[in-house]
Amino acid sequence: MEKYLTLLSFGDQGWSDEIAWGVLITVSLALATLPLGLFIGFMIALGKQSKEWTVRTAADIYTTIFRGLPELLTLFIVYYGLQIGIQLVLKLIGFDGAIEINSFAAGAVSLALVFSSYASEVFLSAFRAIPKGQYEGGYALGLRHGTVMRMIILPQLIRIALPGLGNLWMILLKDTALVSAIGLTDILRQTGIAARVTKEAFLFFGIAFLLYLVLALISSIALNRIEAYGKRGEQAR
Amino acid sequence: MNGAAEGLVAAQPAPVPPPKPWTRSRIAGYLLMAFWIAATAGLVVYLYLAWDLDKIERYGPKFLSGLYVTLTLVGVSIVIGAVISFPVALGRMSKNIIINRLAFAYVYIFRGTPLIAQLFLIYYGLGSFRQQLEAVGLWVFFRDAWNCALFAFSLNTAAYQAEILRGAIESVPRGQWEGAEALGLNRIHTFWKVILPQALIVALRPYGNEIILMIKGSAIVALVTVFDLMGETRRAFSRTYDFQAYIWAAVFYFVMVEALRNVWNRLEARLTRHLLR
Repeated sequence: MEKYLTLLSFGDQGWSDEIAWGVLITVSLALATLPLGLFIGFMIALGKQSKEWTVRTAADIYTTIFRGLPELLTLFIVYYGLQIGIQLVLKLIGFDGAIEINSFAAGAVSLALVFSSYASEVFLSAFRAIPKGQYEGGYALGLRHGTVMRMIILPQLIRIALPGLGNLWMILLKDTALVSAIGLTDILRQTGIAARVTKEAFLFFGIAFLLYLVLALISSIALNRIEAYGKRGEQAR
Repeated sequence: MNGAAEGLVAAQPAPVPPPKPWTRSRIAGYLLMAFWIAATAGLVVYLYLAWDLDKIERYGPKFLSGLYVTLTLVGVSIVIGAVISFPVALGRMSKNIIINRLAFAYVYIFRGTPLIAQLFLIYYGLGSFRQQLEAVGLWVFFRDAWNCALFAFSLNTAAYQAEILRGAIESVPRGQWEGAEALGLNRIHTFWKVILPQALIVALRPYGNEIILMIKGSAIVALVTVFDLMGETRRAFSRTYDFQAYIWAAVFYFVMVEALRNVWNRLEARLTRHLLR
């Protein structure tokens, strides 16, 4: 028992500080991906309702590709592909040397690609749930297109899209575990190192498992709160 | 007399439609399409230039065997998961509070944690209990990474499938139960002959999505030394440093997922044709 307590303590003997760092990396990776993914996803959703068939097709191709590839493969392609691509470009302009891409950035970009392709579908169905009269009413008041979008459509859109986006957040949180494969020191990587060094695999992978569960639990509580906050106008009626 | 007809203007050709204005979205659309076309062309040219008969002969069969491993792993775990999901779904709908909570906990735990964490816990973690497992004779099973992956995937997909099944069964209106009862059918017959066929139609699309998610999710077994499609890709890349390995893997996965999606759309259209109005 004492052995386990030492293993789980903070400081030189224990692994808790390393694992806490891993939790920080996991959470910050998910939080860094979120705005990027939401922005791209929103843009793709706008593209999918464009009057131009070219824009619609281009947006559809984007979602089809990134929903069809495994997340792990997207991650590897972004990580190694960018590395090789940048090296080629640098070689062309005469610089020779090994370039290493920040694995955090590669992780955030590839997770955002996957997240945005799913988010665009959520946004699209939310857009379809808003009646056309909302736009027309805004234009009748003399508001500009951008203002109508920002002041009238977006507030309703977010409320409708919130449950779907909440699900995507949970998926994103779980997908961050994949970045351990490209060497980012997230929860799984840190517990994996601890498991290898101490030979207590079940203990440390069990801790990783529980930590993800706790993160999911916290997220679902927070998402419920946000959803209730979004619905506070409806409850009054 | 005959003036009215003569006074008519002869038929004119339709006016020329006004030229389509070059709006910003139209320009953006052309640029985006140009980007995708250029990307596709670049990919084809890249694969053509990188085509190396030596590598294809050496790694091509390995890719195919990796594909086979991926497909069997996903296929078997989906079937085992479907079998496990049945009691779990029934447990989720049970009025017995203990069974209900247990089923809920199972579903929550497996849906709330990453599949890769579950896989690592089973593959690496169970190694800590080697003596105990050897004593009960299970070590032979858990020693093998493929078996561990199958075990983890089956448990994981069972949790997701249980939720799909529960949602589908609960979506069948209660009048169906009542109608069957009025006809004198017992509950088991009602469930198998009346409720389940209707529920499975509702569940068809989520099931298809789950299979696609499993195909994509199965790529992580490469991290526990199973040589599936992803594993073979990583091995080929680490030996040749040739990036086309990943591109080929992407093509394989993409074709698999898109083919399944199209087959599933056809299947759904076929099975729901009686619902068309």
